[in-house]
Order: sequence, then structure tokens, then C-alpha cells
Amino acid sequence: MSPVFIILALLTSLSALAAVSLRNLVHCALALTITFAGLAALYLQLHAQFVGFAQILVYIGAVAILIVFAILLTRGAEPAGVSLFSKSWYLGAGVAAVVFAVLAGVVLSSKALSPQVPPLAEISVHQIGDQLMTRYVLPLEVLGLLLTAALIGAVIIAMNEGPKRKKEIPGADRLSASATNGDGQAHEAALRGLAVDAGLPGSAGTASPEREVHPGEVAT
Amino acid sequence: MIETVDQIFVIIKRWLVAFAPQASQPFVSALISVAAIFAVFPSLFALTTILERKGLGRIQNRLGPNRVGPWGLLQPLADGLKALTKEDVIPSVADRVVHFAAPLVLVVPVFLALAVLPMGRNMEGIDLDAGVLFFFAVGAATELSVFMAGWSSRNKYSLLGAMRAIAQMISYEVPLILSAVTVIMAVGSLSLVKIVEAQSGYWAGLPQWYVLTPWGFAAFVLFMISAAAESNRSPFDLPEGESEIIAGYYIEYSGFKFALFFLGEYVGMFAISGLGITLFLGGWHAPLAFLDWVPSYAWFFGKLLALICLFIWVRGTLPRLRMDQLMNFAWKFMLPMALINILVAGLWRFMPVGWERWLACGALVVGPYLLLAKALLDNNHIGRRVYRYAD
Repeated sequence: MSPVFIILALLTSLSALAAVSLRNLVHCALALTITFAGLAALYLQLHAQFVGFAQILVYIGAVAILIVFAILLTRGAEPAGVSLFSKSWYLGAGVAAVVFAVLAGVVLSSKALSPQVPPLAEISVHQIGDQLMTRYVLPLEVLGLLLTAALIGAVIIAMNEGPKRKKEIPGADRLSASATNGDGQAHEAALRGLAVDAGLPGSAGTASPEREVHPGEVAT
Repeated sequence: MIETVDQIFVIIKRWLVAFAPQASQPFVSALISVAAIFAVFPSLFALTTILERKGLGRIQNRLGPNRVGPWGLLQPLADGLKALTKEDVIPSVADRVVHFAAPLVLVVPVFLALAVLPMGRNMEGIDLDAGVLFFFAVGAATELSVFMAGWSSRNKYSLLGAMRAIAQMISYEVPLILSAVTVIMAVGSLSLVKIVEAQSGYWAGLPQWYVLTPWGFAAFVLFMISAAAESNRSPFDLPEGESEIIAGYYIEYSGFKFALFFLGEYVGMFAISGLGITLFLGGWHAPLAFLDWVPSYAWFFGKLLALICLFIWVRGTLPRLRMDQLMNFAWKFMLPMALINILVAGLWRFMPVGWERWLACGALVVGPYLLLAKALLDNNHIGRRVYRYAD
């Protein structure tokens, strides 16, 4: 129970508490990010360098961004209308106490707490890579398959619906042809939609008919 | 004598650490390294602001700032004074805590990232076993500050700029990391010190840097483009362009907080250029074998200045990319090129040394580049110019 561990544990648990009980949703998301950082620090304190940095890269760099994007793109950031705590809170407290008792029992009876545990040798990234490619290659491939499925699913959800969405604006198809052809237009379609929503000029194509002026003619 | 000059800072540090009591020597050593980084990089930032303004001015056929001090060299001093004494305006509906914390969340990870770069022989802040992973992890943490700045200002332009900036940053992180993976594959280690060591040695007078291999050159180009996009530098500065969205996500920041954002952005540019130098340009090694007598830190900072000048040059030359062009470029062009490059790097490693290796890997880099570029340009349907008049 070194002082570093106590500080980190306090930081993690207090920010996790803040993440579930703050009123403003964005504050909750940021408190959750501090929890992730606290967890990463705990991993680093246990000399697991790779897992600690991977935690920062994946959780803070990607999961937290995903959460804040979800808050940005939906109306979830309005302050909660009803109270955050339910009326039957004692049931929840009971369930929490039971779960805590089970977890505490498991942790206290584990071998890691017994004083005769020899200090583990520091695992290098090289060894992790070795094991991932030899002994744990099946979980690695399954993970790759899972990520590919998630990627395809994301693209399908965000894909343009095809011909029935295209507006027939004379002359604007040259403008839009450079942007919306084929599939997999997830990002820029979403962003163009948002730009249209925000009323930015030049993003909605033109609604008025164009007059083609060929070079050499004088426009009157 | 040459060795003393090369290791002069390490010698000074060891001499200073010897004054501290035995138990606290690791702390004092780390503190001195941190102090050195904090002394060097903000001064480099000041130098870069004046270099950029003069350089951009000359590219645009005008003089840069030339009033404050000889040739305008004291301009950063004037800028710093202005930033310090300007009134700190916060919108009344802004979220105060998040608004205050956003510049901090930008600056702290950026300085953390500088700690793992080897700036000279034996001159890294700390030699982490997973150095590259640490660098990318703290780089990913800076994106959160963009969101915090944009959200807390309660300003729709600020929010729009923040969303665009985050989308751009996460899109360009993928080719950035994939192009760094090729070097990690070639070296077999994530430690930056080992990566620099693997690029030592000279072959027929030329250095064995990774940029001088086909896959390394492609990876370097991809890395530099992604680095410009990650630091929101022109031509990727749509989220913060002045004529586009009035400074985007830091509209509502004035005075010292704006200066902190500026500092964070530029130091981020230094950090990622430093990583590019370490991965591709041989770190602190000299380019030719007979130039070995120049100290290693001089080479590192010389290369860093060269890359900074490259960034300034590109900023002054190329027009800004539109958001959809930016995204298309990242996902449709750079990501396939980065993936093909990983393949080429693997092929290079396992083919025997000789001209066949160069031919095969060169063809596998140049071929897809031409094909992809042709395919993407053909989709643009650039036809006759059409004029649209307001009716």
C-alpha cells in the first residue's frame, strides 16, 4: 500500500464517482477520461509499460473521443430534467454491497496478496509480441476479424443511400460528383450534412439554376 | 576533445547531480532533464514564430515584422508581453472549469512527448522500452483538449471547428502510426534509442538512414503529411483558418490562454518533427561519415530546423484543403499507401541485398502511388469552368 498507489486509487475512484454523479454530461465524460488516466497510471505503477500506454492510446485517445462525439452529435448535453438518483436507491445499494462482497472475497483470497510472491521479471514489448504471434495467435486473428466486422458495420451504417438521395440540381452534379460517388463516404457525408445544418455557405450546393458562361463570352 | 563537446551537456548534468544526496539523485537527474527541455523548446518556439512570419512574408513578397529590434528579432518578446498583459475575456455562458483546463490539457501531453526523443548521443529524457507507443499515446491525448476548447466556449463556430479538427486528427492518426510501424518492423524494437542506433553506420559514404530506402521514403512522406495534419498546419488548417471559421475552436480564448494554445501547437509540431527525425532521418547521426566531429545535438537541432523550415515553406505555398478533400485524402489515398508500404517494408527485410530488392520495392511503392492517384483524380470530373451568378 505505497503512497503512490493510494493517491492513484483515490484519483481513480473519485473521478469514477464524479463520472456517474455529475449533472453536466460533458463533465461526466471528462471525469471518465480522468478515470482512464488513473487506470493507466496504475498499470504503469505495476511496471506493465505496454498495457499502460496502450490504455492511454486506446481509451483516452479513442474511446473518450467516441463518447464526446456521441454527446456532440446528439442532444444529450442538455441538463438532466429529472433527478439523477432513483427513488428505490436502497435496492441498488444492496446489489452493490453484494457485488463488492464477492469481489473483495475473491481479491483477498488470491495468491497475489500472500507475502511470498517473488517479484515478476519485467516483461518487454518484444516478449509480448513474440507471445502474440506464437501462443496467442488465434485470439489475435479473432480480434482482427472483430475489428473488420466493426469497420464494415460502421461504413454500412454511415453509407449514402444511393441514387434515391441525390438531388437533381442542374450543374450541381459537377460539384457533388467530386464528393459523393461510390460508397464509404461516411466522414465527408456526415460532415457535409453537419455543414448544411450549420448553414455554412457553399455547402448545400446551389438551388438556383446556373448560367453557363463559356470563357470568351461577356456576361451581362 | 570532440567527445567532450559532444557530451558536454551530459557531463554538466552528471556534475550537477553529484551535488545532490544519494537517495534523491534519480529525481534530481530527471528534474535537470525536464528543466533543460523547458529551457530549450519554448526558446525554439520563439525563434520559430519570428522565422515563420519573416519566411511567410518573403514568400508572399513582403517583409515580415521588422520594427521590433534588428530585423524584427525581438518580435517574440513583444508578442509574449502582449499575450501576458492582454485582458482575459471569458464568455459569460462558457463552462469555466473546462474552458480553463483546455490549454493545459494541450500543453502538458505535448511536453511529455518531448521527453522520449533522443536529442543527442545519450541525451534522451528517458529511455522507455515502449517509447514510440508512449509518444503516440500522449499525442492522442491532445485531441481531447480540442474538444474541451470547442465545447466549453458555447459558440457554434467554435464547436464546428472543434468537430472538424477532431475528425481531421483522428483520420490522420492512422497513416501516421502505420508509417511509423514500418520503421518499428525494420528495427524490431519500440525504443527510440535503439531506432536511432539502428541507423548508424555508413555504406559507401551514404548514411544508412531509413529515408534512403524506398519504403522509408514513402513512409517519411506519409509521416510528414500526417504530421502537418495532426498539428493543424496549413494546408490542413481548415479548423482554425482565419478566413474560414474565424480561428475555429479557439475563438473565445484571448491573452495568455491563446498564447498557450499557440505554444502547444508549435511544440507539438517540434515533437512530431523530432519523432520523424528519429524514425527516418537517423536521429542525431551525421549525414556523411567525415562530418562526425560536429556534435550530435547540433545535427538533431539542425535537422529539426530544416523540417520546421519545410513546414513553413509548405504553409506559404499550398492552398488550404477543403474538409471533404482532406478526409478523402486521408482515407482513400494515404491509408492504402501506408498499408502497401508496410508490405513493401516486409519484402525489403526478407529479400537479399542487391539491386533486385531496390527494383521490386521501388516498383511496389511507385506503382500503387500512380494507380491510386490516377484513379482518384479521374473521379473528380474537372470539366469546363462554370460560373454561377447570384440571381
